[in-house]
Amino acid sequence: MSAPALTTLGVSHTEIILTSVCALLLCGFLAPFFHNREKFFTSLFFPVIALASFVSFAASFLAVGSGLTENYLISAGLPGLPFHVRLDPLSGFFITVVSLLSFFVSIYSVGYVKTFIGRQPISVIAVFYPLFIAGMIMTLLANDAFFFLMGWEVMAISSYFLVLYEDRNPKNRRAALLYVVMAHVGALSILLSFAVMAGLGGVGQETFQGYTFDAMRSASHTPFWAGVAFLLAFVGFGAKAGVVPLHVWLPEAHPAAPSNVSALMSGAMLKTAVYGILRVTFDILHVSQLWWGELVLIVGLLSAIMGVLYAIVENDLKRLLAYSSVENIGIILVGMGLAMIFYFFHMPLLSALAVTAALYHALNHAMFKGLLFMGAGSVLHATNERNMENMGGLIHKMKWTSAIFLAGALSISALPPFNGFVSEWLTFQAFLMSPSLTSQRLNLLIPLGAALLALTAVLSASAFVKAFGVSFLGQARSKHCAEAHESPWSMRIGMLLPAVVCLLLGVFPSSVINWMSSTSSLLVGETIAKSASGFGWAWLTPVAAQRASYSAPMLLLGIISVLVIVFITLHARKNAIHRVPPWDCGYGGLTPRMQYNSTSFAMPSRLIFGFFFRLKETVKTDLFHKRSPAFPGKMKYSLRVRDRFWGLLYMPVIDAVFRMGKLTAKLQHGRIHIYLAYSFATVIILLLMVL
Amino acid sequence: MNILEQLLTEAMQIALTALAAPLFVGWVRMLKCWSQGRRAPGILQPYRNLLKLFSKDILLAENASWVFRATPYVVFGTILMAGSVIPVISSELPLSASADIIALVALFGIARFFTALAGMDVGTSFGGMGSSREMMIASLAEPAVLMTAFTVSLFSHSTSLSVIVKYVQGLSFFLSPSMAFVFFAFILIMLAETGRVPVDNPVTHLELTMIHEGMILEYSGRHLALMEWAGMMKLFVFSSLGIALFSPWGIASDVAGVPFALLLVALKLTAIGVIVVLIETGMAKMRIFRVPEFLGTAFLLATLGMLSHFMLE
Amino acid sequence: MTHGISIQLNNFLAAFILLTSFALLAQRRIYGLLVIFAWQGFFLSLSSAIVAYTADIRHLYVSAALTLLLKVIVLPYILYALINKLNIFREVEPLVNIPTTMLIGVALVIFSYHLTAPVRELSTLFTRTTLAVALSTVLLGFLMMITRKKAVTQVIGFLAMENGLFFAATSATYGMPLVVELGVALDILIAALIFGIFIFQIRTTFDTLDLTEMEKLKEDS
Repeated sequence: MSAPALTTLGVSHTEIILTSVCALLLCGFLAPFFHNREKFFTSLFFPVIALASFVSFAASFLAVGSGLTENYLISAGLPGLPFHVRLDPLSGFFITVVSLLSFFVSIYSVGYVKTFIGRQPISVIAVFYPLFIAGMIMTLLANDAFFFLMGWEVMAISSYFLVLYEDRNPKNRRAALLYVVMAHVGALSILLSFAVMAGLGGVGQETFQGYTFDAMRSASHTPFWAGVAFLLAFVGFGAKAGVVPLHVWLPEAHPAAPSNVSALMSGAMLKTAVYGILRVTFDILHVSQLWWGELVLIVGLLSAIMGVLYAIVENDLKRLLAYSSVENIGIILVGMGLAMIFYFFHMPLLSALAVTAALYHALNHAMFKGLLFMGAGSVLHATNERNMENMGGLIHKMKWTSAIFLAGALSISALPPFNGFVSEWLTFQAFLMSPSLTSQRLNLLIPLGAALLALTAVLSASAFVKAFGVSFLGQARSKHCAEAHESPWSMRIGMLLPAVVCLLLGVFPSSVINWMSSTSSLLVGETIAKSASGFGWAWLTPVAAQRASYSAPMLLLGIISVLVIVFITLHARKNAIHRVPPWDCGYGGLTPRMQYNSTSFAMPSRLIFGFFFRLKETVKTDLFHKRSPAFPGKMKYSLRVRDRFWGLLYMPVIDAVFRMGKLTAKLQHGRIHIYLAYSFATVIILLLMVL
Repeated sequence: MNILEQLLTEAMQIALTALAAPLFVGWVRMLKCWSQGRRAPGILQPYRNLLKLFSKDILLAENASWVFRATPYVVFGTILMAGSVIPVISSELPLSASADIIALVALFGIARFFTALAGMDVGTSFGGMGSSREMMIASLAEPAVLMTAFTVSLFSHSTSLSVIVKYVQGLSFFLSPSMAFVFFAFILIMLAETGRVPVDNPVTHLELTMIHEGMILEYSGRHLALMEWAGMMKLFVFSSLGIALFSPWGIASDVAGVPFALLLVALKLTAIGVIVVLIETGMAKMRIFRVPEFLGTAFLLATLGMLSHFMLE
Repeated sequence: MTHGISIQLNNFLAAFILLTSFALLAQRRIYGLLVIFAWQGFFLSLSSAIVAYTADIRHLYVSAALTLLLKVIVLPYILYALINKLNIFREVEPLVNIPTTMLIGVALVIFSYHLTAPVRELSTLFTRTTLAVALSTVLLGFLMMITRKKAVTQVIGFLAMENGLFFAATSATYGMPLVVELGVALDILIAALIFGIFIFQIRTTFDTLDLTEMEKLKEDS
C-alpha cells in the first residue's frame, strides 16, 4: 500500500507530529491558569488534546503506510548535541498506536474528568495528562540517547504525578512510590546500555556524536559488549513493560491512577518499552546472538503465564486488567523472541511473520486494553466500586458500557472475529514454523512454549469470563451497584470507537499487515505482506495458502447468516416468553449472595496452579449454632493471594537497603565539625588521586 | 471443481452437520442403553426431543439479560460454522480455507465463552459452578489440543484441514508412533471437550456433578433446543475432525465421489459411536480434580507424539 | 519384510516402550504396574526379534526369547506372588506428585535426545534412532525409583532401568554377546529373588514397606 505521502504537498510528517507535541506541551503549561472554570475548561481542553493526538495519528499513519524515513534536527538541547529526531516506519508505527489510543482516551476524558470536579482539583490531571502523551511521542521520535531519555523522563515523571492523583488514599501513595522507584531503576539501566553502545561507537566522543542512534547503529560491537548492552536494555525496558519478575509495580500503579490514565499507561506507555527493545535489539544491535532471542522468549512465556494466573485470582477489576497487561506484554515478547531466533538463523520471512505477530499484538493490546480500562473506569464512575465481589447485574443498568466491555473481553480472549485472535493466531503460526530451524534442541523445546501459550490464551478467556460474568451479569451484590447509572455520551463514544477499531482490526487483517509491512522490512528486512494476502484480501495466509489460512470475513458472514436464518425461522412461530424466578431446587429464597462470585469462580485455578501463588486461606467456624447445636454456626472465610516474586526477589533487596541505611546512619552525628571533616577528607583523597 | 459443484458440496457438508448430528447422538444413546441392558427409545428420539422443545413456550429467568437470550443463537451458529469447515465428505470444501485447526479451536472457544457467560447470567450457583469448571477444563485441554495440532502439522507442513486430509490420503502404508500417540490424545481431548464420561456426564442432573448441564440449566423451549442441538453437533464435529485427521481414506475429491464418501463416513461414525460407548460404559465419572490428571495425560501423549516425531521419524 | 517396514515397526515399538515407561510413572495401582511392566518386556522382546530378523543375527533371537520368558512371565509372576503374600497396600505412593514427575520425565526425554545426537550422527545401524528412547527408559526408571515410596515400586523401577539398558545395547550395537546376555538374565533373576527376600525382611523389621522408615536406621546424633 503506498498511501499518498504528505510530502507531495510539501509538508513534512515529522513537522506535523512535532507541532502536535508542541501543542500538547503548551496545553500542559497553560492548564494551571484555568483553575476557576473547571467545567467549561474540561469540555474545551480534552477535545483540543484529542485533536492534537488525531493530527499526530494521521501523520504517522500515512508515514508508515508510505514507508518513508525522515531525519530532522532541532537545534536546542545540549551544546554540541542538538535533538535528533527521526520518523521511520518503526517509530511511526508506535506513534500511530500511542496517538490513536490518546485520541480515544481524550474523548473519554471529557466526561470522565468532570466526575472529579468538586472532589479533587483537576489541574493536576490537566497539566500532566498532555505532558504524558507528549513525553511518549517524544521518546518515540528521538534519534539520540539524550532526547530519548528526556522524553522517557517526561513520560515517567508525569505519569508518576498522575498515579499519585488521588493521593488521599495511602495505598495510592505507596503505589506511586513503588512505581517511581522501578521506573528509575529501569531508566538507569537504559542509560547504562546507551553508554555501553555509545562507548563502543568510539566516534566523536568529545562532541557527543556517539550518543546518536546513527552512530550506535554503524558501530561495530564485540559480542561481549553487545550482549551487555542488550541485557541492560532488556532489564531497563523490561522494568517499564512490566515483564515478570519486574512487574510488581504494574498491578499497584495502574489501578491507582484515574482510569483514563490507566488506559493510557497500559495501552500506550508499555508499548514505548516494547519499542525500546525492538529499536535496540533489531535496529541498533542487529540480534547478533542466539541467547537473546531465547531469553526474550522464555521471559515472555513466563510473563504470559504468571500474568494470566494472577489475573484469574484477582478480585479487583482494575488489578485484573493490570495483570492481564503483564500477560499481553508476555505474548508480544514471545513473538519478538521468535523473530529474534528466526533472524539469527537467517530466515527473514519467518522472522517477519513473528515480528508482524508481535507488532500486531502491540497494536491490538493498545486498543482492547485501553477500552477495557475505560470500561472499568465507567463502572467505577457509576458504582464507586472496584471490587468485583460487590458488583453484579450491571448489564441491566449500563447497557452501552456492558456491550462495549464485552467486545473488549472477546478481543482480549483471542476469539474470532475480533483482533486479539489475529495476532495470537499469527504467533501460533510462527511457533508452528519452528521445525524448520536447524537446531535440534530448539526443535524440541519451542513446541512446549506453544503449548504454554495455548494454556495462557484460554486462561485469559477464563479470566475475562469471570470479569464480565461477575461484574456485569447475575444479580447485584450490593446496593450501590443495583443503583448504577450509564456514563455520559463522551465516555461512551470514547469506548465505542476503540471497540469498532478492534472489530475492524480483526476482520481486515491483511490490510493492516500491508500497512505495517514497512515496519517489518525495517526490522528484519522482509515482510509477509505479499504472502499474507496472496489468496485474496479476505483470506489471511501468513506464509502460503497451503500452510495455513484464516478468513475472518467468511467466518463472520457465515456465523451471522446462520444466526439470522435460525432467528427468523424460529420467530416465524410465536411462542410465548414467560418471566419466572430461576430454579431454586424447590427451597425458595435465592439471594444474590448465593451466586458464584469472583473468588469461587477462580477456585479451580487456585487449586490447580496453587504453587504459583502465596496463598493464605483461613476458615473460622463458631462451632455450634446457638439455638440448634446440631448445626455449625457462623463461618468466616478469608483468602489472601500474594505475589510470590515479592517475597522472593524484592523483600531481600528492601531489607538490604534498610540494613545499608542503618550502617550509613552511623556516619550521621549531627555535628557540623564532623561533616566538615568528611568533606576535608574527601578533598584530600581526590587530590591524591589526581596526583 | 467449478463454483456450482463447490457450493453443492459445501451445502451438503452443512446439511450433514446439522441434520446427521442428532442421528449420531441417537445411535450413541441407543448403544448406551443396550450396553446397560435397557431397552432403547429408538434412534430417532433426539429429533423428537428437539421438535418437542421447539414447540414449547419459554420460561425465562427474571434476571436474564440479552446475553442469555443471544447465546443459543451464537453457540448454534459457531458450532455449525465449525462443522462447515471440516472436510469430511470432500477434501475440496470451499469454506475449509477460512479456518485452519487453530481457528477451528477458536470457534469452539466462542461457543464456550458465551455458554459460560449465559451460565453466570441468571445468577444462581449452578450456572456459575458450571461456567467455572467448564473454563477450567477447557484451559487444561488447550495445551493438549495445540500439541496435537502441532504434531499433525509436523507431517503435512500445514494446519489447513484439507491439506492435511490430502496428505494423509497420499500415504500408502504408514505406521507412525507419533500419529498413534496423537490419536489417543485426541480421544481423551474429545471426551473432555464434548462433555462425556469420565469428565462430565451428559445425562446427569445431579447438582454437584454437572458441568455443561449446570450452565444450561435455566434454558427452556427453543433456547434449550438450540443449545441441545449445538451440543449434539459438537460431538458430531469432533468425530468428523477425528475422521479427517486420522482416517481420511475415502473422502472424495470431486462431486462424483461424494455418495461413496457419505457411506464411508456413516460407517466410520458408527464405529466411533461404539468406541465412545465402550469408554463411557467402562469408566466411572471422575472426581472433578482428577480431570487435570486426565488432561495432563492427553498433553503427555501429544507431547510424546511430537517428541517421537523428531526422535524416531 | 522389507527393510523400510522393519525400521518403521522397530520405531513404533520403541515409541511404545517409551510410552510404557511413562505409564509406569503414571500408574497408581501396583498390579497395574506389573501389567505395564510385562507389556514393556513384551515390546522389548518383539523389538529384538525384529532386529534379529532384519540384521540376521542369530543370538538375538535367544535374547528375545529370554526376555519374553523372564520379563513377561517369570518376573511379573514372582512379584505378583510376593505382593499377594505380603498383602501389600495396593496403591502406589508417590513422593513427588504425578504431573510434576511427568514433566520431569519429558525434560529427561529431551535431554537424552540431545545427549545421543552425536551417536546418531556416527552410527550406521538402522536402530540408531531408538538409542534416545533407550536412554530415556533408563532415566525414567531411575526417576521412578527416586520418586516412589514403596520398595516394590522401586524394584519395578530397577527392572525398567534394566530393560532400558538392554534396549540400548540392541539399538547401539545390535545386542551384547550371548554370554553376557545370559549372565545378565541370570543376574536379573537372582536380583529379583534377593529383592524378594529383602522386601520380606524390611517388612518383618519395620512392619511396613515404606522406605522412609529406613531413615530410622541412622544413628541418632
